[in-house]
Amino acid sequence: MSTNSRPTIWEHAQSKGVSRRDFLAACAWMTAMLGLPASAVAQVTKALETQPRIPVLWFHFQECTCCSESFIRSSHPGIADIVLDKISLDYTETLMAASGKQAEDALHDTMTKYKGKYLMVVEGSVPTADGGVYCCIGGRTALDIVQEAAAGAKAMICWGSCASNGCVQAAKPNPTQATPIHKLISGVPIINVPGCPPIAEVMTGTIVHLLAFDRIPQLDGLGRPKAFYSRRVHDTCYRRPNYDAGLFVNSFDDENAKRGYCLYKMGCRGPVTYNACGVMRWNGGVSFPIQSGHGCIGCSEGNFWDNGPFYRHLPNFPGFGIETTADKVGVALGAATAVGIAAHAISTNIRKRHLIKEEIAASEDVKDCRAEQGGCEIK
Amino acid sequence: MQKATLGRVYVWEIPVRFYHWLNALSLVVLCVTGYLIGAPLAIQQATEASFAYWFGKVRFIHFLFAYIFFFNFLFRIYWGFAGNRYANWKNFIPYRKNQWKEIKQVIAVDVLQRDNTPIETIGHNAVAGFTYFMTFLAFLFQCVTGFGLYAAMSKAWFPKMFAWIVPLMGGDFAVRQWHHAFMWFFILFALVHVYIVFYHDYVEGRGEISSMGSGWKFIEKEYHPTLKDEKSAGEKK
Repeated sequence: MSTNSRPTIWEHAQSKGVSRRDFLAACAWMTAMLGLPASAVAQVTKALETQPRIPVLWFHFQECTCCSESFIRSSHPGIADIVLDKISLDYTETLMAASGKQAEDALHDTMTKYKGKYLMVVEGSVPTADGGVYCCIGGRTALDIVQEAAAGAKAMICWGSCASNGCVQAAKPNPTQATPIHKLISGVPIINVPGCPPIAEVMTGTIVHLLAFDRIPQLDGLGRPKAFYSRRVHDTCYRRPNYDAGLFVNSFDDENAKRGYCLYKMGCRGPVTYNACGVMRWNGGVSFPIQSGHGCIGCSEGNFWDNGPFYRHLPNFPGFGIETTADKVGVALGAATAVGIAAHAISTNIRKRHLIKEEIAASEDVKDCRAEQGGCEIK
Repeated sequence: MQKATLGRVYVWEIPVRFYHWLNALSLVVLCVTGYLIGAPLAIQQATEASFAYWFGKVRFIHFLFAYIFFFNFLFRIYWGFAGNRYANWKNFIPYRKNQWKEIKQVIAVDVLQRDNTPIETIGHNAVAGFTYFMTFLAFLFQCVTGFGLYAAMSKAWFPKMFAWIVPLMGGDFAVRQWHHAFMWFFILFALVHVYIVFYHDYVEGRGEISSMGSGWKFIEKEYHPTLKDEKSAGEKK
């Protein structure tokens, strides 16, 4: 039995009438979910027996709630399992029953009571323009709330592209100066879980990792869990063999589209997007965009809104306006260079005329030795 | 006449010439395959993926020549320290006053053609040297971005050394775009480079074109490194 003052996850499960068998089954699920071998089941079980339910504060700022929508559709582990049993979700604007003063009280109770122990979860970016007035909750700016809550957080998870890299509201010209959380907060471990939205199982998987091991998962250079973001959509795409074979869809209504060839030429962002869509897929593994015949738009990559258009492989070249690719700029510069070369060649024959004429005149003095009998001398 | 007063100078040693042509080949292959990777041919064929692999081959050739290009480039940097005076790294960075003077002179004589004073330099003139330095920076940029992109599809340690560029530039998309845009730098460079070689050979008659094959240039006696000394030594006697 735990020596913690709060009940552990196992104790909490018992109080809900969960049998030991069901608890162990859940532990095995979690282990599989984390991609660990069966030998790690005991470790996960031990962790859940000794870890108390972690208090979670879930904030919503500049966003569309699609991350929450995705999260509540998690199938393995099920969402009820996570929200009701594994964590103690003390504050979240969309799901909690309380509102107004009661909600704010719950927030402050957790922040003071579990200082340094609660998990902070952020959905949405934070506007910084004009003192942050573009996103206020309970009369306070998002920036203010984030800074206060982050000060006592054990770790922070940034859900979705909004919190990880700004998403659509940070697209040019970014009027509210929407800023991803990692650019505002330091001193707290931050896990970025980008995607618009992230895959449900990736979200729950990240939480499960924190629960099972009480530490943040291994992260890549952009702060994303390596378990889910180390491979490109392209690398795990079932259409990949068509790419290597050079079999491409050339328009959405051609024969190749029907045959299910690679969508690379239709602007698919699979080759530049790091996500688990090709493996985990969506809605309980039913499908993902490419399987449904549409290219990846790279929703988990930074600035994906500005890297348009979505249906062309090469983006607009910065500073040259719509429909201008690097190739168009290159061809124009190449033509300009060719014109410059031609002009220079003409100029050379005019400006260097005297030099060249002297040389030509000197060459004419040299007689053709074979034509002249008895050879000749070079003057 | 001037022709009679020319003396041969061995300018480009074998390693420089070897580097030059291997580099030229690599650049052509990399540009062609790179362009194909960016914009694959539209082939309408009803086949199974298992029967074809042409795009995979194009990519393989691109990656293979990337390695050749990179190590050839490294070798050239080494030769900038080990090679003769015309290959030395000092020709490429205008850090001396007389290099800047020559830059102005070359612009006046060869670019704007306001002046017909001959340029004395036997190897790279100061503008050419500085342009090649810029080209080396572009080589470096293409190597870093290229291997940075390749790192995600390779288990080898070598490309992994360049993986840091991806988060620095904000993701694969940006890296890929700039890698693609820089291809045009090489195409423009090649156009101008080839023209200028012809221009110099035509105007100066020093054998600029053949020098990258034979290594020799034909230099007027008054600028010739040994003949001018002999001449002055002879005058002294």
